[in-house]
Amino acid sequence: MDKLKNLYRQIIMDHYKNPRNKGLKDDEGYVTDHMKNPSCGDDITVQSKVEDGVIKDIRHDGTGCSICCSSASVLSETLKNRPVDEALSISEQYVNMITNQPFDESVELEDAWAYQGIRDFPARTKCATIAWLAFDNTLKK
Amino acid sequence: MNASLQADFPVYSKRGPLTYLDSAASALTPQVVIDAISDYYINRPVNVHRGVYRLSHEATNDYERARQTVADFINARFEEVIFTRGASSALNLVAQSYGANHINAGDEIIVSELEHHSSVLPWQQLARQKGAKLVYVPLEKGRITLEGVTSVMTARTKVIALTHVSNVMGTITPIKPIIEAAKAHSIITVIDAAQSAPHMSLDVKALDADFLAFSGHKVLGPTGVGVLYGKYDLLEMMPPLEWGGDMIDVVEKHTATHKNPPFKFETGTPPIAQAIGLARALDYLQALGLDTIHRHEVTLKDQAIAAMQDIEGVTVYNADTDTGIITFNLDRVHPHDAVSFFDEKNIALRAGHHCAQLLMHYLEVPATLRASFYLYNTEADVSHFINALKEARQFFTEVGF
Repeated sequence: MDKLKNLYRQIIMDHYKNPRNKGLKDDEGYVTDHMKNPSCGDDITVQSKVEDGVIKDIRHDGTGCSICCSSASVLSETLKNRPVDEALSISEQYVNMITNQPFDESVELEDAWAYQGIRDFPARTKCATIAWLAFDNTLKK
Repeated sequence: MNASLQADFPVYSKRGPLTYLDSAASALTPQVVIDAISDYYINRPVNVHRGVYRLSHEATNDYERARQTVADFINARFEEVIFTRGASSALNLVAQSYGANHINAGDEIIVSELEHHSSVLPWQQLARQKGAKLVYVPLEKGRITLEGVTSVMTARTKVIALTHVSNVMGTITPIKPIIEAAKAHSIITVIDAAQSAPHMSLDVKALDADFLAFSGHKVLGPTGVGVLYGKYDLLEMMPPLEWGGDMIDVVEKHTATHKNPPFKFETGTPPIAQAIGLARALDYLQALGLDTIHRHEVTLKDQAIAAMQDIEGVTVYNADTDTGIITFNLDRVHPHDAVSFFDEKNIALRAGHHCAQLLMHYLEVPATLRASFYLYNTEADVSHFINALKEARQFFTEVGF
């Protein structure tokens, strides 16, 4: 059960119950990406607003499990106000960490580090990465 | 039925302890089926219907004997049994071969919200192509009833495609009177027996079904093989979907003729080992007795549901289920969160929409948990599951769900 307690850390539960930056903006300055996991029903939309190479805002909305929904909130807090390059680099290291790939531990993941417990639950990696992949997509559009 | 049955399934000793409650997705494989598959690959691992040598003759005999075993299992004729990739491809075959040649604009096809995607989508897509109308049976407390079906039958109804047992609700559809009502109006019936074949005797002659499909891997057989039963006169007038090896008769430069059913629907090298394994699985089931199996899983299900109803914060969606399938949720906990808890206890449950999104809409939930009992489950599995459920409820409440 320690693995489960490690997974459902207070920080994750806090973001799940009190999500930050939730709700989408109807504003042309935002780029939107929608991702679904058809096998479980996770359904997440992420928006980013970039000005002068800096991520000024991140918004999200959707439905899914606690890991999926909370990670969208954590992502929005972790990457807001960072230069695009830095945000993409953190996102890459985060996804590598979740999927048990080698990753650069010197990159500051902040609260997103809390999701390292997911590595004990390989069947759940999609839950923890879907919002991050949607965020990456907004920067590629 | 007792714990010793688990000794027939090697996964228990190799990967146990295991409380496997996902047989509605795929049943475990007994050693006798693995042995039958190995026997083919060790002793006669060659093609069928082609080689004029002893090994190929033996392989052909085994493959065609497997067809006879399947035919006997559902009381069909040998030539009415087509081996397919699974129930999904069997149901698609009916829609694309029978349906595409008999359904016209304005015709109606009756389906239900209880259908697995593989039973409804082939007809949904055909209806879109043809300008036909897909009509849903009004459900009565989550069940398909004869009255519900007859209430939507019209002079334009051409096909009724229904599940025999719902893979989420576990309810049994009264297909015999429904087929009778359909026959009275010359409506073709297509039965998805994927969830009934593992648990109850099927007699296609007594049912008078036109088509019936099931999968190998849900009846203790291997993956990659399934069965389509069709009445011979229907199969005879249906065009093959795939042309090529094995299914042809005479091939000329600009024309070709094909074999009779069932062979005209089995293009290329068939799933030989899988068909042989499937036949061995059906023998195993029949030796135990399907009625005995059904009674066993219903007993376990009744014990589980009685205990679940005493746990606060657990919602059971199908307390009146007719089979070993229980669909439920922990209140306020997404099924994907819950299922990880059970996984840590070596309990395999299904979490998700179960390939039945229409039913999730009907139940007004995004997803559910599902526990399904089968012949190898024991009372110890029930108590392990119930204890884990109580602990899960406590755990998720404590961490703040």
